[in-house]
Amino acid sequence: MTTKLVYFAWVRERIGKPEEEIALPADVVTVRDLLNHLKGLGEEYENALQYPEVIRVAINQEHVEHNEPIAGAREIGIFPPMTGG
Amino acid sequence: MSKITLTIRVQAQDFDLQSEIDALTAGRKDIGAVVTFTGLCRDEQGALSALELEHYPGMAEAEMRRIAELAIERFSLLGLTAVHRHGKILPGGNIVLVIAAAPHRQAAFDGASFMMDFLKTSAPFWKKEHGAGGTTGDWVAAKDADDKARDKWR
Repeated sequence: MTTKLVYFAWVRERIGKPEEEIALPADVVTVRDLLNHLKGLGEEYENALQYPEVIRVAINQEHVEHNEPIAGAREIGIFPPMTGG
Repeated sequence: MSKITLTIRVQAQDFDLQSEIDALTAGRKDIGAVVTFTGLCRDEQGALSALELEHYPGMAEAEMRRIAELAIERFSLLGLTAVHRHGKILPGGNIVLVIAAAPHRQAAFDGASFMMDFLKTSAPFWKKEHGAGGTTGDWVAAKDADDKARDKWR
């Protein structure tokens, strides 16, 4: 069972890819757990997610808080605060 | 019950203000006020040669629609159009358009303002600056002032 992760803006640039399918360990339950897990995957992830509190996350293309469970997510978007408009 | 016209688009190409107003108001006799906002790319006193707009395809449209539906409900709008461009935009070029239509002016002003305040902080778009010397600059940082502008609607 894998989950699709999509990255944008400087999160995408620092991780070095726009998206990936990744198998997550069972103890990754919430968005916060996911960000901490990704930080441990290598230097590029550490650089992108150094300050997880500023990172915004969307599950199935809707904004969620960091305490949100990720169970059942088809697609998880990980990105910096938005600067459109 | 009045007809409500909701148009949301994310596109690379430019938009034409008058055509968008015409599309929203054509054949209507119940609209008494139309307020438009256009956001353009500034050159920051010559320091900037372009902005690169990245977006989250699918979510950008969905989030703009969620915000627009809140605005329509809250201000009893008769119509709302929001168009946001992506890709490279040169100084002087259009970035975003919001048009709010209502029976009276205050709702139209408020609807357009609400739409922009939430769009800036919640719609998944990111700006990257390109410098005047052809250098690729930094990602634009989110501003506290934009969060405050949004929070005044709570």
